Amino acid sequence: MYWAAACGGCEIALVNINEKILDVDAAFDFIFCPCLIDTKKKDIEEMPDKSIAITLFNGAIRTDENQEMACLLRKKSQFLIAFGSCAYEGCIPGLANLSEKADVMKTVYLDNATIDNPSGIVPQTVTEAPEGALRLPVFFDAVKTLSQVTDVDYFIPGCPPEPRQIWNVVEALISGKPMPPKGSVIGAGKSSVCEECDRIKEDKKIKALRRTYEFIPDVKQCLLEQGLICMGIATRDGCGALCPKVNVPCTGCYGPPEGVPDQGAKMVGALGSIIDIGDLKGLSEEEIDKRTDAIIDAVPDFAGTFYKYTLPGSILRGRFS
Amino acid sequence: MKKISIDPITRLEGHGKIEIFLNDEGDVANTYFQVPELRGFEQFSVGRMAEDMPVITNRICGVCPEAHHMASVKALDMLFDVEPPPAAKKIRELVYMAFYVTDHTTHFYALGGPDFIVGPDAPPSERNILGVIKKVGLDVARQVIDCRARNHHVIEKLGGRGIHLAAGLPGGWSKSVSEEERKEIEEIAKKNIDFALFSLKIFDDIVLKDPVYLDLVASDIYLHKTYYMGTVDEKNRVNFYDGMIRITDPEGKELVKYHPKDYATHIAEHVESWTYLKYPYIKKIGWKGFVDGMDSGVYAASPLSRLNVSDSMSTPKAQEHFERMYETFGSRKVDGRYQPIHHRLATHWARLIELLYASEHMLELATDPEITSPNVRTIPGKIKGKGIGSVEAPRGTLTHDYESDERGILTKVNLIAGTTNNYAPMTMSIKRAAEKLITKGKVVEESLLNKIEMAFRLYDPCLSCATHSMPGKMPLTVHLRKPDGEIIRTFKRDGQS
Repeated sequence: MYWAAACGGCEIALVNINEKILDVDAAFDFIFCPCLIDTKKKDIEEMPDKSIAITLFNGAIRTDENQEMACLLRKKSQFLIAFGSCAYEGCIPGLANLSEKADVMKTVYLDNATIDNPSGIVPQTVTEAPEGALRLPVFFDAVKTLSQVTDVDYFIPGCPPEPRQIWNVVEALISGKPMPPKGSVIGAGKSSVCEECDRIKEDKKIKALRRTYEFIPDVKQCLLEQGLICMGIATRDGCGALCPKVNVPCTGCYGPPEGVPDQGAKMVGALGSIIDIGDLKGLSEEEIDKRTDAIIDAVPDFAGTFYKYTLPGSILRGRFS
Repeated sequence: MKKISIDPITRLEGHGKIEIFLNDEGDVANTYFQVPELRGFEQFSVGRMAEDMPVITNRICGVCPEAHHMASVKALDMLFDVEPPPAAKKIRELVYMAFYVTDHTTHFYALGGPDFIVGPDAPPSERNILGVIKKVGLDVARQVIDCRARNHHVIEKLGGRGIHLAAGLPGGWSKSVSEEERKEIEEIAKKNIDFALFSLKIFDDIVLKDPVYLDLVASDIYLHKTYYMGTVDEKNRVNFYDGMIRITDPEGKELVKYHPKDYATHIAEHVESWTYLKYPYIKKIGWKGFVDGMDSGVYAASPLSRLNVSDSMSTPKAQEHFERMYETFGSRKVDGRYQPIHHRLATHWARLIELLYASEHMLELATDPEITSPNVRTIPGKIKGKGIGSVEAPRGTLTHDYESDERGILTKVNLIAGTTNNYAPMTMSIKRAAEKLITKGKVVEESLLNKIEMAFRLYDPCLSCATHSMPGKMPLTVHLRKPDGEIIRTFKRDGQS
């Protein structure tokens, strides 16, 4: 298991299979050594190609170092699995693709409430210190997904993947069950979160979109039909509809359902069919537009709402497509 | 000039790297602790809807998402100008205590454990979690797994998800606690108290009674007289969820006590071109480089720091152990507060005292009659547009600062994560350890590897918020190079655990 630009949540998710971690450790000792424990690049370079059975790769590709490791591990592994939303689709750090790299540097190092940087120092890939040179990896212009830099065998969705789903995959691998076709999404369902959600759907049209802080939603009714942008309809099942269970909408961390190339486009389409802009009879184009705009205005951040987890992997890819 | 690269990552995981330069006499000329990682949350959070921030900032750190989630909802309470109902605040705090129990447990047994329980001079092949299990028994390993599991269960039940929780909203919490859930949590909290006491007993038996370890604690390898930061309640007691930020000086006197919303008046961040991480320091004192003492604005924010700035603990059993720790170090009370402990290895002990406090406080909250109130949300009125929220993350004071327009769209975001506070002291501890262990070109091989590792491990080397590295999986390679870069010798210690 290797981590690139990640938060560590994928590792914690793995540890959260609890006592089963001892089984994993027993079954995959060899694999864990180069990827998770014995993480020396040189040792991996010296291994014969394809000598690692499975690499679980989490994290997005943010620096040249991340990319170099992705390519190296591809070469050395029989199966390279994009583990979790960052490696699969870019995830929340992928929202950085809405900004220029220079803006990231400016906000972080030059312009914020606590910065003390009168000489305008920004981290450099090479710094000549009095004692010698110090190097940093190159920060790319944009976040990339694992499959955008190398060939990937399987994808495990989720931010992070649910522990029981991780166990399902690991158990299948231990028992040597036949694997699905290359490129498949594993450790999840093929349908949408709505399939797993207990809430009552009445196929109601909605007159207005509302934001989560504005009201307390009913605990039994479909959240989307109450006007909240619940991404469940455009999100792959597999988590068990956890967020709607605590009365907040799904934010889409499992990515699009099987066969759907773009989660955001799917959601916009779904909204188009559920939003009721009222009786259109006798209304001018301009008035119809006005009503539509009024509804849409209630959600002032489209990218962050519909592409929260999928921007780098989406058709749009953010600013740098 | 010779250069030694201690690269926990060997350019593999990219989260932290140490360069040690030796002068012609073979002594340490300088050390650099580099963080080669940046994701830029402060930039891409701009343009987002403010209420999305608890979910977005979870992803800064998958080891402590609860800390970011709580700091974020507190910032939102202020930005939306709304006061959560008492039950909502208590549920947040209850979830937070469950989190502290799992986090401190993981650290002590998987990270600190190998050094402390197996011993600093044990062979590397035993100095890992397997060695810990061997020493304390498989039964203890199961207890550790059970402890993590039951507290993650609480987090998922009340927060929606076990990692990257979802229930925090401006003005409250999306889920109330049923009586059935409350009873279950009460039992879990009781088990946690037993487990914390048991862990302190292990520390007592295996660590405090070991002269080798005690010598190490007493040595000055890990001693730094810096300022300390922590959150205290109205009685100046340790608090993880809410209170005032207190900073004490190296002699233990209070320098300042301020509301978290005034953080930018007191804290500034220094930038270096050779690392992606910034160095916070106390503004009033100023940035004087990587030095300790009264004149240097460097401060630490850790379990030990929190105890150093506090007068006492708010729960009885934790208070007993708090007193015992300070008495053991010979610290005397001045103005009603123990003088600070500067021996950084005591951070591990402080962490266990906090584990006990979190467990006891969890029980207090689980038995609070108000905790099952269905009233867990206040609907905000007008958006104020400026919100600052702060909690004590396990690795230090965490601050979220948001500005928004009238629709709640973020226009400016500043974040100071827990680990970041300790970047300067970690750098100094590493340098101190290197200076003590490398003299006249003589490298104490095995000790160098482990004892330099211990220098940053005590701050909780998962370094999650800053470098997102895996707890307990810190491999080390040291290259001893000639001035032209040629490798003379390579020492390795893998991070097996």
